[in-house]
Amino acid sequence: MPGRITHDDVAHVARLARLDVTEAEIEMFTEQLGAVLAHAADVASLDTTGVPETAHPLPLSNVLRPDVPTPSLERDEVLAQAPSVDDGRFRVPRILGEAP
Amino acid sequence: MTGWETVIGLEVHCELRTETKLFCGCRNAFGDEPNTNVCPTCLGLPGSLPVLNERAVEYAMRIGAALHCRIQPSLFHRKNYFYPDMPKDYQISQYDEPVNIDGWLELPNGTRIGIVRAHLEEDTGKTTHVGGGGRIHEAEHSLVDYNRAGVPLVEIVSAPDLRGAEDARSYVDELRAILVATGASDGKMEEGSLRVDANISVRPAGSDELGTRCEIKNMNSLRSLGRAIDFEVSRQIALISAGGTVVQETRHWNEADGQTHSMRSKEEAYDYRYFPEPDLVPLDPSAEWQDRVRASLPPMPADRRARVAAASGAAITADAVATVVRLDLDSFVVAAADAGADAALALKRLANEVAAEMDHARRLDPDAFVRLILMESRGELTTAQSREVLKHLLVEGGDPAEVAQRLGFEALGDDVVGGVVDEVIAANPVEWQRFVGGEDKLQGLFIGKIKAATQGKADLRAVAALLQDRRASTSA
Amino acid sequence: MSAAPGATAVDVAAAVRSGQRSAADVVDDHLAEIEAGEPQIHAFNHVMADRARAAAAEIDRRLAAGEDPGPLAGVPVALKDNLCTRGVPTTCSSRILEGWLPPYDATVVVRLRRAGAVAVGKTNLDEFAMGSSTENSAFGPTRNPRDRGRVPGGSSGGSAAAVAAGFAPLALGTDTGGSIRQPAALCGVVGAKPTYGLVSRYGLIAFASSLDQVGPFATTVADAALLLDVIAGHDPLDSTSLDGDLPSARARLDGGPEGLRVGVVTELSNAEGIASDVRSRVQAAADALAAGGAKVEEVSVPAAVYGLSAYYLIAPAEASSNLSRYDGVRYGLRVAGPDITSTYGATRAAGFGPEVKRRIMLGTYALSAGYYDAYYGQAQRVRTLIIRDFETAYASFDVLLSPTTPTVAFELGAKTSDPLSMYLSDVCTIPSSLAGHPAMTVPFGTGADGLPVGVQILAPALGETVMFQVAAALEAVAPKEVQA
Repeated sequence: MPGRITHDDVAHVARLARLDVTEAEIEMFTEQLGAVLAHAADVASLDTTGVPETAHPLPLSNVLRPDVPTPSLERDEVLAQAPSVDDGRFRVPRILGEAP
Repeated sequence: MTGWETVIGLEVHCELRTETKLFCGCRNAFGDEPNTNVCPTCLGLPGSLPVLNERAVEYAMRIGAALHCRIQPSLFHRKNYFYPDMPKDYQISQYDEPVNIDGWLELPNGTRIGIVRAHLEEDTGKTTHVGGGGRIHEAEHSLVDYNRAGVPLVEIVSAPDLRGAEDARSYVDELRAILVATGASDGKMEEGSLRVDANISVRPAGSDELGTRCEIKNMNSLRSLGRAIDFEVSRQIALISAGGTVVQETRHWNEADGQTHSMRSKEEAYDYRYFPEPDLVPLDPSAEWQDRVRASLPPMPADRRARVAAASGAAITADAVATVVRLDLDSFVVAAADAGADAALALKRLANEVAAEMDHARRLDPDAFVRLILMESRGELTTAQSREVLKHLLVEGGDPAEVAQRLGFEALGDDVVGGVVDEVIAANPVEWQRFVGGEDKLQGLFIGKIKAATQGKADLRAVAALLQDRRASTSA
Repeated sequence: MSAAPGATAVDVAAAVRSGQRSAADVVDDHLAEIEAGEPQIHAFNHVMADRARAAAAEIDRRLAAGEDPGPLAGVPVALKDNLCTRGVPTTCSSRILEGWLPPYDATVVVRLRRAGAVAVGKTNLDEFAMGSSTENSAFGPTRNPRDRGRVPGGSSGGSAAAVAAGFAPLALGTDTGGSIRQPAALCGVVGAKPTYGLVSRYGLIAFASSLDQVGPFATTVADAALLLDVIAGHDPLDSTSLDGDLPSARARLDGGPEGLRVGVVTELSNAEGIASDVRSRVQAAADALAAGGAKVEEVSVPAAVYGLSAYYLIAPAEASSNLSRYDGVRYGLRVAGPDITSTYGATRAAGFGPEVKRRIMLGTYALSAGYYDAYYGQAQRVRTLIIRDFETAYASFDVLLSPTTPTVAFELGAKTSDPLSMYLSDVCTIPSSLAGHPAMTVPFGTGADGLPVGVQILAPALGETVMFQVAAALEAVAPKEVQA
């Protein structure tokens, strides 16, 4: 079973999730998340050898659709909701690097 | 470079030729106005859901079958990371249970390259960087077009079985031909429907351990691929030789300066937090569907090379064999063999004369070609005459016998040639005695005179054979 | 504020279809109720007065033209504000989607419109459906119409309150771990979560994809059944949507309890924090069913005790991924920084409230490298154990019974400083969510302080028919409350 969640864990996870957090928030969240995870220790320590994961409660498989075009959205309606638009495209501030 | 071995694995992303995207009904089209082929699903709007495209699955299976993979039940997973070309800030891909595994392909030179997996995933949108010469690091801002977001991709991962730039180029060439043959792809690297990343490491020759590898991206042509590999290999060897160590990282190939450049600061592998995609259900293509897929595949390039080799007696790894298949001329070899003509000769003509005139090759009628080969192999035309007729057939089409007659070609019958040989021998008794006595280089003199005497219509190999024959019977 | 003596959906639809009342009058009456009562309740983020009137006028026009306006003709419906409504603000009660106008309708919204229902507004919720009290809304809490100093429950608190306050006979909510059932119980109305996959999720703004379901709120079981049957059914736009032979909620409403086997779930009735007043109402319900001829016994679903923990690993994990898309690029709030990464960070920090941030981080942690197997993977295995224990129970019982919530409605602010205590509210509702099974709550008298208590009926997958049958039987013998 993993150890208790630490201040650095929380800071790391906030970065992964692209959430700016203050130092005070990190401390608060560390305590709160720690409490929740401690409560979840009952699950973490169960012996589940041989038990498969349930990713879906349904016994469905092979749900497919035919390769036939359906109407797209009107570009104007889409771009009207965008924070910043330029030349028919979504405008974003500088991207500092390649995709990970 | 001696003393070092290069180890390369390639990841090839192949856009599928479906009408619509992988998870929605928006058109899969290149070059449309930005953000006109978008919907809630491929824009990642709140509340949207993915539904899997049946033809994309069919194509993925065709690719798997063509690469001798095992097709297995599979799951989709979410690959989580933030980037503006990602509408959901996660990509729906396949992780540890992909649709195709454990395959291989055979290069024209006979080397077998392992295919670890070939899985389905969705493509991202396209970003244009504004300011700073269009490069990402100097840009002021960027613009995103989501037309391409959600387009179906199959990612094909090779085993690290490639040993240099030549192998790598050959692999991509062969893979592209296979992908086009399956119908799943148009193979247009220059339009981005085929993208190649390379994982490259070096190790001392003879070593079993793998060195630290770098991932190289942004090679947009076969030529770039080759140049980038050569540069990266040199870079790594120089680094290690100078006592340094290779840092595992992603590097960007720069076409302009001919170098790879580090893209990321040294950090551990990114944590994508893969988990099974809860909005999709498992994919388990029936045995019957898989059989239909395998049965419907046309012959692959390697199959065609084998057929040419069998028909012509050439080795399957011969350059000529690879050439005629690559140029889609293999049916001519088979036609020649089927007609009882000299298929080896046909192969030679196709790989040389026809290959040199591919612009015109469409005009070449297989029947006419076979008749020409028959004429040459029966001795009705000399080698030189045959080549000449072939040139005319390529440029103008027509019937070889008519063309030959028009050009005034007729092969001379053996008895006529024999007669001319005897006349020339009689006219040059001194030189003949010297030739019979062992001065072999005088053969050229006799051939020249016989050629002149026959206005070039004699087949010169036959003439040489006749001279040898006369010499032997004179000595006897 | 009393539960308005408004007509039921069944009655309204009958009246409108027969011409007794115009849809226009019905909607006007309800808009007047809303106008009068809403300042005290705050059930709505957005009231759709103009659209509602236009829709009602359209119903009246179709009727006049002799067309069939549908089974819900003229019935006002409130829609939880995490359901996409084209051209109408859809916020999930979050600043990050404040002012967002979806360019499309959720499938359930389309089906409601086709059935002739009239959407009157978008109701308040805990932000992104994360919460059990509606106090996590960025736009202020909703108040329980039964006692305005108390929470209506959550996350669908606005929808529950709207029905309890008489603003509309029907409402749609969503339920991931209890977010329909719990507020329904606290507000004294009927609420149901269908079998996972019975109702389309297309256009439902995702919280936890393998758990989320849309479901009905109503004042009567028959109304809830009618609404569920309208929205249920296969949707090709949702890969997780069930196809084939699907149950009708209304099929055996008059079936009565006789002969049915009812199991009272030991682990849920005795769970952490279940108050004695709640326990006694569940006992009363069990006794009433037995008196009506049902065979009632106790039954054990052992793995149910792990439900809370498994849920608080699985739901946040899926949510952490579902909420990544709120990044300030394509829609919603953007707090621009000098580069995209700082823009992401600042936008999401400003746009999300603390509970959402908590769950995103918890979920990210549970999925992260090195922890996946111990947390998320393990929780999904425990989920399998819960499903197996339910299957064993349903081999001997037609339905199960339990409390819906541990207590009656608590006071506003009572649990906001301790997230974990808030999570414990879901202990009875979570197991069926994890199993993908249907479950619903029926008001069955009052408990402490005269506040309503709900009894939960659980059924196996696709067991809606028998579930609603038992619910109707309980409703028939429930104590008639003295209206305040």
